[in-house]
Amino acid sequence: MPADTANTGYRGVWVFIEQVGGEVAPVSWELLGAGRQLADALGVELAGVLLGQGVAGLVTEAWAYGADKVYLVEDPVLGPYRTAPYARALVQLVKEYKPEILLLGATSLGRDLSGAVATSLGTGLTADCTSLTIDPETRLLEQTRPAFGGNVMATILCRRHRPQMATVRPRVMPMPSRQEDRRGELVRVDMAFNEAEARAEVIEIIEEKNKAIYLDRAEIIVAGGRGVGSKENFRLLEELAGVLGGTLGASRAAVEAGWLPPEYQVGQTGTTVRPKVYFAIGISGAIQHLVGMQGADVIVAVNNDPQAPIFKIATYGIVGDFREVVPALTAEFHRQLAPGPG
Amino acid sequence: MLQMVVCVKQVPDTAEVRIDPRTNTLVRAGVPAIINPFDAHAVEAAVRLKEKYGGRVTALSMGPLQAEEVLRRALGMGADRAILLTDRAFAGSDTLATSYILARAIEALSRETPVDLVFCGKQAIDGDTAQVGPGIATRLGFTQLTYCMAIDAVDLEQGYIQVQRKLEGKREIIRGRLPALLTVVKDLNELSYLSLPALIRAALATITTWNKDNLDLDPAQIGLKGSPTSVRRIFAPPARPGGEIIPGEPRAAAATLVARLVQMKIIADK
Ligand SMILES: Cc1cc2nc3c(=O)[nH]c(=O)nc-3n(C[C@H](O)[C@H](O)[C@H](O)COP(=O)(O)OP(=O)(O)OC[C@H]3O[C@@H](n4cnc5c(N)ncnc54)[C@H](O)[C@@H]3O)c2cc1C
Ligand SMILES: Nc1ncnc2c1ncn2[C@@H]1O[C@H](COP(=O)(O)O)[C@@H](O)[C@H]1O
Repeated sequence: MPADTANTGYRGVWVFIEQVGGEVAPVSWELLGAGRQLADALGVELAGVLLGQGVAGLVTEAWAYGADKVYLVEDPVLGPYRTAPYARALVQLVKEYKPEILLLGATSLGRDLSGAVATSLGTGLTADCTSLTIDPETRLLEQTRPAFGGNVMATILCRRHRPQMATVRPRVMPMPSRQEDRRGELVRVDMAFNEAEARAEVIEIIEEKNKAIYLDRAEIIVAGGRGVGSKENFRLLEELAGVLGGTLGASRAAVEAGWLPPEYQVGQTGTTVRPKVYFAIGISGAIQHLVGMQGADVIVAVNNDPQAPIFKIATYGIVGDFREVVPALTAEFHRQLAPGPG
Repeated sequence: MLQMVVCVKQVPDTAEVRIDPRTNTLVRAGVPAIINPFDAHAVEAAVRLKEKYGGRVTALSMGPLQAEEVLRRALGMGADRAILLTDRAFAGSDTLATSYILARAIEALSRETPVDLVFCGKQAIDGDTAQVGPGIATRLGFTQLTYCMAIDAVDLEQGYIQVQRKLEGKREIIRGRLPALLTVVKDLNELSYLSLPALIRAALATITTWNKDNLDLDPAQIGLKGSPTSVRRIFAPPARPGGEIIPGEPRAAAATLVARLVQMKIIADK
């Protein structure tokens, strides 16, 4: 049984620095930015944890993004990510150095790892936080996150167990600015690993071609509904998506009409998306559609019916026929995003 | 012969869940309960493996008595037996306590016949935490394979399973040692239609229930007491500021809108 650990010397804020093949997931730097504020509020140190093989070159990056200290564990077994050795390394570091807060990105890797680590440590873990603050009186981490498909927000505490663990989605926290010459401390930790403990072997990693199945991670989505009228008309949306490097999406009505395959459907019975910008073209805004896209940072609606419910939640709306508005948007993006002279 | 366990959770249909803005409490009345959608794909995967390799599928759920419904659904889909873990002492369990109780139940099943594969959904749609699967895998010492979108092969002789995992813009092909725990995404399979005879059989089947005394549990690790996290408060999400209509002819409105978006740096300048 994990003992209560609140008052047994746990101190400091840690961020797990996620890298694959030496490439750092940007959310790790965002978390160093968020972690800096938490550490300052508590008056403690901010540390990054770097696990891998041949990744020592990233230590200066972590300092530059705000880490006071970096814990580095390198071993060939940590080359490709496998849950078991990564979890053991992180658990061992936590037990030895005792941070009070441990943050990870809510990526597939971060979620895979955090669930295993929190269980081994017998501590609490709050997934997908959208805000992290310190209660000045209790020094507890207030972890706020959406629940029930975003219809409810909850603030969660982990009162007696340490570390308080949380994951945060990419792009929720702002990217801190990089301080070129900032230096910190490096703590290299030696641990013995053997390949057998990994229990798994990565055979291959394949870049995905079919973008629709990653709709849930798309940053820009141009979605069309029944108002688009035909499969051919989706060409106009495709052109807009093209200039923006975005992905197509669809309402159920458009999927049922056979204009796009089912994997493009956004909504309750489709995919929940969270892009930076969501264009809703010829979509009325039924609740079953809204629950799947209202987490977008910006919603742009184009509809010829000024009474369409989508306008109530859209950040910006244009009332008009999409056959005129969408090509105009495409042309404007072309013009305004074109690299200027020099 | 594969011994498989599928963890299925009953969840409220989240599209219907609301917060009462005056009291800041959940409005539960009239919200329909469904099988967690990812868990349905997990049951489907296990049943298909059984058809291919032979074996047995046990559906396992922790929840109130009415969670029997999702177990009947699993039986209708082809699971061979169903076990409901239900006890007042389980109420208030967070993901840490839930994974403890489920893992203890799987250990009990393993004492009958060793379990080769455990399936969970990628996450439960009420909490979206994705923690219970990794929690069970860690407690049992099983190979943890999350976000599975395809099962390529199972080799009982050699003792491994090869799956494809759905990562950010990539898929990973990975071979893991058995026993293993898989969490699954919807891409893994299309749900089969339920046959009437199967549904009737499921409706009539007996569902085994286990309470805390049927499992060898440490009382300090279950329910509220065994849950390190607690909810301080719940509230309605801030309303979306919105509703600004950009006026003008299509061309002019488009120019204004694009200028705004570019200025907000939401759409990057190339
Ligand atoms: C259990 C259940 C689950 C569901 N799940 C989903 C889901 O996951 N996703 C989903 O999307 N729906 C879902 N639905 C369906 C949902 O209720 C709506 O029926 C659907 O979203 C409507 O799609 P739409 O907005 O494209 O079509 P409509 O509601 O028909 O809207 C078309 C819009 O296009 C506009 N329009 C027409 N012509 C033009 C033009 N030339 N230029 C500009 N605008 C034009 C119209 O003014 C109208 O507002 C579900 C329903 C149920 C009951
Ligand atoms: N009470 C429960 N009973 C059975 N399975 C559960 C329960 N809670 C979670 N699970 C399983 O764990 C998965 C992930 O749940 P969660 O960690 O809550 O997102 C679900 O898809 C289920 O397979």
